[in-house]
Formats: sequence, structure tokens, C-alpha cells
Amino acid sequence: MTQQLYTNLAIFILSLLVGFEVMSKIPATLQTPMMSGANAIHGVVVVGAFVVAAEANNVGFYVLAFVCAFFAAINVAGGYTVTDRMLGMFDRPKNDTHKKDDGGEQ
Amino acid sequence: MSTLQTFASLIYLISAVCYVIGVHLMRSPKTARKGNLLSGLGMIMAVIMITIELIVEGKIMIGGWIALLAGLALGIIYGVVKARKVPMTDVPQLVSLFNAVGGGAAAAIGVFDYLYADPGSSLSLVFSIPVFLDIIIGGVTFSGSLIATGKLAGHVSGKPIKFPGDRLLNLIAIIAIIFSGVLIIGFPATWWYLVLALVASLVFGLLMTLPIGGADMPVVVSLLNAFTGLAVAFAGFVIDNQVLIIAGALVGAAGTILTLQMAEAMNRSVANILAGGFGGGDSDTGAMADVPTNVKETSADDIGLQLAYAHNVMVVPGYGLAAAQAQHEVAELAKLLTDAGINVNYAIHPVAGRMPGHMNVLLADVNVPYDQMKQLEEANSMFESTDISLVIGANDVTNPLAREKGNAVSGMPILDVDKSKSVVVIKRSMSTGYAGIPNPLFSGDNTSMFFADAKSGLQDIVAATKQYLE
Repeated sequence: MTQQLYTNLAIFILSLLVGFEVMSKIPATLQTPMMSGANAIHGVVVVGAFVVAAEANNVGFYVLAFVCAFFAAINVAGGYTVTDRMLGMFDRPKNDTHKKDDGGEQ
Repeated sequence: MSTLQTFASLIYLISAVCYVIGVHLMRSPKTARKGNLLSGLGMIMAVIMITIELIVEGKIMIGGWIALLAGLALGIIYGVVKARKVPMTDVPQLVSLFNAVGGGAAAAIGVFDYLYADPGSSLSLVFSIPVFLDIIIGGVTFSGSLIATGKLAGHVSGKPIKFPGDRLLNLIAIIAIIFSGVLIIGFPATWWYLVLALVASLVFGLLMTLPIGGADMPVVVSLLNAFTGLAVAFAGFVIDNQVLIIAGALVGAAGTILTLQMAEAMNRSVANILAGGFGGGDSDTGAMADVPTNVKETSADDIGLQLAYAHNVMVVPGYGLAAAQAQHEVAELAKLLTDAGINVNYAIHPVAGRMPGHMNVLLADVNVPYDQMKQLEEANSMFESTDISLVIGANDVTNPLAREKGNAVSGMPILDVDKSKSVVVIKRSMSTGYAGIPNPLFSGDNTSMFFADAKSGLQDIVAATKQYLE
């Protein structure tokens, strides 16, 4: 086994253990936002898109790099945005004096 | 290791720490948003660092820059616009779509590096094994998540889709995946091995998701989310990048635990769900045979009167409310009652709505105060002092049969709606819920039924209540 593989494998296994550990019982209320948040984190694949784009040297590879960057960017940008929107609803001030913008019950 | 590489490694390590702490903070409602922002900060650091690395190394060609920047710009615009505009009821399918493209991107990295290797050269196992796993898992999540998106959005039927020979086709896909693995790992690189692996994994993803009913989709989306994490981790092995390995493995493991918790909250096992589920998918499947006969029907006017003279009202929202997008109407009714001095609370079953926790998000979106949303145990302690329980589009989660043995909902935690003084059920018909069994609550002595769509029914009730409150 090469040094590189050993290091990567160790990192992989330890990260799995951290993942199992950090996700102990969470309230049902937060399960959907949590899933969305985890979904955003695997958007880190966007870093991989940079790496392959740096290697690309012909049209076929450019197309693949484009597809990879496009997909990864949707995942990461959309993932964080929608998670933040969901979670933002929980910390809205309690007595929000939005007394209804369009005069609902006047 | 050059100075730049050392520095970059440190930055990646810090960003990985941000993800872990971010997930940790997301377990509590108070710190959840900060957690997500922290993890996003880690992501921005990683992206800035890789950009600096590319610029300093200077290897990337102009065509590479164009492909990269164009892809990023279009992807960011599409993703952010979608995420900003989506109605909260449609969030599950959007998350599934984001998951699909994440898996697609991971698979694309594997495809790229496999094709990039000299054709005909023998590959080292350190490279070929992760390439194979990356492509297969990425391909399965890509097609599987797209089907899940379609099912949640209604483009693909929510009912389990089965066809003659599907098991055989499934078996063929699995054999093809194994065969492509042998070819990719054991033989010099040839492009058609790759095509075989891609096609087999895409077909397998389709076949895995099609037979699963719409109500189980949330668990499947969560499982595929964990898969994508693993695909990303293997992509990290392929390009020897540790931040991908750490973040991917983190999501893979955390996503697996989350999937198990979701399945548990829905009283289902992941194995059962993947095997194709029981019953026949979503509610609307008739089953009029076992309809209880002594059902009392009521009118909006009558409900309005009851509500106007109640002290404690408990709203029990369910899938029907989410499907009819009636959260605005329910909030309006609650506000009307609260302003008249009536106590209104919401009893939220862990799996009410379309996904665990989804109901809370829907209600929070229409300004329902967080402290009015009562979780299962607290709500159950309140039913005895409740004058009226207003059950809106919920069925199985209120079924008293769960307390007895030997039926499809046995043992499932339920809301004890039947203990309140009176119960009003707003529902389109007497059809059964997902479990496919009748609900004795509907024929209870203190229960009356109001047959209507949640949205229009609530509008009528709001109008009726107004006239009695004045």
C-alpha cells in the first residue's frame, strides 16, 4: 500500500466515524433542513471540477469539465441557499410586526 | 510539498472542520442557521483556495478556464434562482434535484480521469477502484434522484411502478455493474468499459427508485444523499484531494444515520422501503369497502360556530394540508381565533407533511410562532383539555388502531386526537391513508367529518368563524 493511499484511506474512515458520531438523535423538526444542509456539503465536489478543468486539454474534456462545473455549482449554490431559507424561518423574531402588507383584515 | 501546497492543505483542513462543526450546530434549532453559514464559509474558503492554486500553478488552459467559469456561472445562477423562488411545499423535490446533479458531478470526475488515463495503459488499483466506485455510485444517485424528483413533483407517478421482467432487468443491471467493475479494475483502460459502467449504473438507479411509493420518497432522497456523499469521497480518492474525501465521507455517514432516523420516525424500515413497500402508494386509492358506516358529516358553518365558542383548539395538520398548500388558510384561521382570545396550538407528528420536519417549515413560513408548534409528546399531554381538534388532511398519524396489535400501523407513535372533547376532520373523502387501513377515529362518537379540499374547506371555515366572532 502506498503512503498516499494509506493517508487517504485513514482520512476516509475517520471522517466516516465523525459523521456517524456527529449525527446522534436530532429532532424531527430539523431532519429536512439537516438533509438539505448535508446535501449542500457534498457540493464540495465543485473543488473537483476545478481540478479536472485544470487538466482538460481538448474539446471533449472541456465539455466534461463544463458539465462537472455546472452540476457541482447548482448543488453547492442552490443547496446552501435553500437550506438557509428553511432555517431562516425558525429564527424570525417572534412578534413580527408584519401587520400584513396587503391589508388583509382591515 | 511547496509552500503553497502546505498552505492549501491547511486551508482545506480548516474548511473540513467548518463542515463538521456546521453539522454539529445544525442539530439544534437555535444554532442551526449559524451551522449552515459556517459550513458555507468553509465551502467558500475551499473554492477560493483551489482558485489560487490553479492561478499560481498556471497549468490550466484558456479552454479550461472558459469551461470552468461558464459552468460555474450558469450553475450558480440556476441553483440560486431555483432555491430562492421555490415554494416551501416544493422543497423536497428541489433537494432531490440538487442531490442528482451532485452525484452527476462526482461521476463526471470519475469519467474524466478514466478517459484522461492513456488508452490501453494498465491502471493502478489505487486509481481504478475509486474510479469505478465513483462512477457507479454517482450514476445510481444521478438517475435515482431524478426519478425521486419527478415522483415528488408529480411528473412521474407517485405510485410504485412495476412492470413484467423488472426483477430480471434489475439482475442484469447488477451483473453488468459487476462485470464493468472487473473490466475497469482488472484490464487496461478502454472507453467502452466506461460506457457499460455508466449505462448499467443509470439503469440500476432508475429500477431502484421506480417501484417505491411517493410517501416513502423522503427516505429514499435521504439515502441517495448519503450515496452522493460516498461518490464525492471516492472522487476525492481519484483526484487525490482530501477535502472531498472528508466532506464526502462525513455526508455519507451522517446521511446514513439521518436516513435511519427518518425511516424510524415514519415507522418503516429502510429494507422494506427498498423492497418496494406495502400497500399501494399515496392515499387516493379508494378502499371504500371498509368504510365505517356511522360517520357524522358537518358543515363549515357548524365548525365555525364550534370554534368561536371554544377555549382550546388544537390543529392537527397532515399530508393533505401540505398537498393542498393550505398553510396560509390555516394560519389565517388560527390568527382569527387567537385574536379572539382562544388558545390555538398545532400538534405536529414527526412525519406529518411530506418529510419529517417539513410541516414545521411550512408553518414557520406563514409566521406561525414556534412555541405554538407542539411535538408529539407535548401535544398528547394537551388533548384531554382540548375542546376541538381540527384534523386537516391527516390520517394514519391519528389512527387509534396503532394502539392495538396486528395491523399495518401497530406500534406507530400517534397523536391521541380521539381523547379531545370533539374532533373535526377535514378530508376530501373517506379514502384510507398510506397504510391502507380504515381509521376508526372518523366514526368516533365525538368526531364529525367535513368533506372538502383542505384549502377551500378552510376558506369556508374562516368565513363562517368570522361571522360568529363578530
